[in-house]
Amino acid sequence: MAITVKIPAQLRPVVGGQAAVQVDASGNVSQVLDALYDEFPELRERISENGELRRFVNVYVADEDIRFGDGLNTEVADGSEVTILPAVAGGA
Amino acid sequence: MAVDALKCKECGQTYPLEARFVCEHCFGPLEVQYDYSGMDVEEAKRKIQAGPHSIWRYSDFLPFSEPPKSALDTGLTPLIHATRLGEYLGGLKNVYIKNDAANPTHSFKDRVVSVALAKAVELGYTVIACASTGNLANAVAAHAAAAGLDSYVFIPTDLEEQKILATGVYGTELVGVRGNYDDVNRLCTELSAEKDWAFVNINMRPYYSEGSKTLSYEVMEQLGWEVPDRVVSPIASGSLFTKLHKGYSEWIDLGLVHGAIPKFHGAQASGCNPVAHAFEEGKDFCQPVKPDTIAKSLAIGNPADGPYALDVARGTGGTIEQVTDDEIRAGIKLLAHTTGVFTETAGGVTVATLKKIADRGEIDPEERVVVYITGEGLKTLDAARGTFEKYEIDATLDAFNTFVPTPVTA
Repeated sequence: MAITVKIPAQLRPVVGGQAAVQVDASGNVSQVLDALYDEFPELRERISENGELRRFVNVYVADEDIRFGDGLNTEVADGSEVTILPAVAGGA
Repeated sequence: MAVDALKCKECGQTYPLEARFVCEHCFGPLEVQYDYSGMDVEEAKRKIQAGPHSIWRYSDFLPFSEPPKSALDTGLTPLIHATRLGEYLGGLKNVYIKNDAANPTHSFKDRVVSVALAKAVELGYTVIACASTGNLANAVAAHAAAAGLDSYVFIPTDLEEQKILATGVYGTELVGVRGNYDDVNRLCTELSAEKDWAFVNINMRPYYSEGSKTLSYEVMEQLGWEVPDRVVSPIASGSLFTKLHKGYSEWIDLGLVHGAIPKFHGAQASGCNPVAHAFEEGKDFCQPVKPDTIAKSLAIGNPADGPYALDVARGTGGTIEQVTDDEIRAGIKLLAHTTGVFTETAGGVTVATLKKIADRGEIDPEERVVVYITGEGLKTLDAARGTFEKYEIDATLDAFNTFVPTPVTA
């Protein structure tokens, strides 16, 4: 099934400049990211560290931070969007 | 001159001084790096004292090679020796209120926006923007208007009416986003990749956040070039808290002032406590929360600088506290009753936190404690509603004598 993964500006050079890529995957965030890494191997070490997301990377499924769900085990429904964003933004 | 590069706080990678905020390699935050080698300390102090009556007197410690100018001058707000408050808190002799509501748009955000806007102009931007919990919205709209720039301001739709009105009046493009601040912030992070705008707290964040250091510099100068023993400051994203620490550290390291780094106490509302919670649990990262508190200016459930704020509190022997909405209202009242300063809910959080620490008996009566009041009570009037009594009488002496009590002290 097709999942859209939105790529942050900082990583677009790695995916040929695209703002979003389609991956064929099903299951949870971890499996979607694995499918993404299969296509763009360089992304793995940019986003993750020792199998976990890097400290300053946030991932959203359908606009909800996965830390409110089940983390990397959060289910991704068919046709939904996964968004990768830098965590260090905003603030008061 | 002194300003050198942007440097990743995590992996140390350096970048030129451009509009960028995260490390391309590890996504760590970028911070401005300075080269202070060869600085003549006495000369630097003289320059500050002879400098403009605004934050630009500290421009040698800000990310500019030439001192910038603002259309709306910011800073040099009062440092009040709060003797009555100290007395109430069990005989503390040296409690100081840094009243940063006394800025052009009545919060400390004028400082960070002044720095971000000056840098944005230097880099050639003509549109500035922000994701805001309210105070930043006021500041961006006002400073953009004064500078003749276009601006876009993004806020959660449910903000206090006062903060919405005090933004729209400046003629900005005001966008209310259905969601909480973290939703607004996510949207703006995505937008910043699409638009050639200077988002003050996203792509300009390394510069923006440096503006908060001036709140430390000013306090040290106002204390006669001395360092306080303790500071109490609100925490939302943790940016202010960590930059206050950077400000004190820089001047101590350079020898402009002498003494130990103050103990840092952070203040959060129980209804939005990700950093306080991580502190209590002994963790070095923050689990995000969905905010539910009257302290909307601190309602950031996903604090970008949370890990660094934890480092600062632990590294200085401080703490990060959380206080309830009732304690926040009581904090606002306590400050108003003892100092004549009317603060917004964030200040209520800070004062309630001070009270908590004082009640535990942790503060020596002689210690110098600086309490950062970051915003104005007139912007969060609902917090004051129902906290006092009002007498309504006929215009007769009898009515007055019957219904209005005489002060006990009279």
